[in-house]
Amino acid sequence: MTPAQIFSVLLTAILTENFVLSKFLGICPFLGVSKKVNTAMGMSVAVIFVMLISTAVTYPINSFLTNHDLGYLQTIVCILVIAALVQLVEIVLKKYIKSLYNALGIYLPLITTNCAVLGVVLLNFDNGYSFGMSMVNTLGAGIGFMVAMLIFAGVRSRLETADIPESLKGLPSTLIAAALTSVSFLGFSGVVDGIFN
Amino acid sequence: MAEKCSLKKEFTKGLLKENPVLRLVLGTCPTLATSTSMVNAIGMGIAATIVLVCSNIAISALRKVIPDKVRIPAYIVIIASFVTIVQMLVKAFVPALDAALGVFLPLIVVNCIILGRAEAFANKNPVIASAVDGLGMGIGFTAALFCMALVREFLGNGTLFSGAQSLLGVFGEDVLGGFNGVTILNTPMTIFILPAGGFFVFGVLIALANKISEKKKLPKAVLHGCESCPLASTCSKAVSESEDKKI
Repeated sequence: MTPAQIFSVLLTAILTENFVLSKFLGICPFLGVSKKVNTAMGMSVAVIFVMLISTAVTYPINSFLTNHDLGYLQTIVCILVIAALVQLVEIVLKKYIKSLYNALGIYLPLITTNCAVLGVVLLNFDNGYSFGMSMVNTLGAGIGFMVAMLIFAGVRSRLETADIPESLKGLPSTLIAAALTSVSFLGFSGVVDGIFN
Repeated sequence: MAEKCSLKKEFTKGLLKENPVLRLVLGTCPTLATSTSMVNAIGMGIAATIVLVCSNIAISALRKVIPDKVRIPAYIVIIASFVTIVQMLVKAFVPALDAALGVFLPLIVVNCIILGRAEAFANKNPVIASAVDGLGMGIGFTAALFCMALVREFLGNGTLFSGAQSLLGVFGEDVLGGFNGVTILNTPMTIFILPAGGFFVFGVLIALANKISEKKKLPKAVLHGCESCPLASTCSKAVSESEDKKI
């Protein structure tokens, strides 16, 4: 794992293959919780936190499963481990780290069924990343989610005062704004290859 | 007779009035990701429908056994088991579809439609009604995916039903006899296949659905911070509340 490799994976996950805008993972919070910049920020930090912990915990479990020919249990085991983990983290934070709980706690139950978390875990397995690489890719995916959320929260706050036809108001205009945000990320395609290869 | 009528109602509500994608705005991730081609959309729709019907039946049959406090983890285990079965079947018989759907096949586990129906319908209703509800919702999901894929594949790739052979896996050759999609546009607008096109087409489709429901005096499709989430009853609706407080 050379520094160049790390940066290449990180930048790919953040820019060229942004989790939200090009892989379509985690669309629900992206559309639902991006109305205000501070809630978008809280949600993203909680997602990064849960993603990193989930990757760290599921990686050894998955290698155990594949070593014992139990690969077909991957989906069931991963979702259960993530669901249990989120509950556990919530309880621990509530008891010991009150300030962090106040900042992230309300977002945690929502994240269990967020497809971005299970998605990043499964993608790491599919790509055959090592433990370190998995963590880097997860961090990149989380930061990518945050970048997309924050940009989009900014776009949406401008959208609120815009004059929009009646049937496009609300969700349709939000989706079309997301399309335009996604176009802006198309500009990054090839950037990472250009830098590192 | 009355029972028959209500079953029909359970079935048809998933298609139009409570279409999971266009009206309830659930399952947006697979909708956007797998609607790049009609074949993928149909494959995803069928896979999700099978899981939805099976898990609705199982959850409804077990609704009196599962304690209320641990119902969500129990539902997740049931759903994940059916997803694993479907995943193995697809891998064995339709490998091309497995490759095309990729990570979105196991991600049916976290598809809000399935957990949402379990929480909103299957745990309160008898087995047959739940199965019919699951079937209606599944077909509604497939129909919405199909509409999106029709537009996206036609404009973005210039084809219809491209790769139809792969949907039927090993039987494709015999059943379809050589048919493998038609090419209509020679210079397609690639943007519609790209993620941006997905968001755009989805937005326009929801706007259309809103327009139609406006005429029928139905409420608009809206996505709130928390209310539309199937787990809203388990968490404290904290996000939307906190948003209100910060105003």
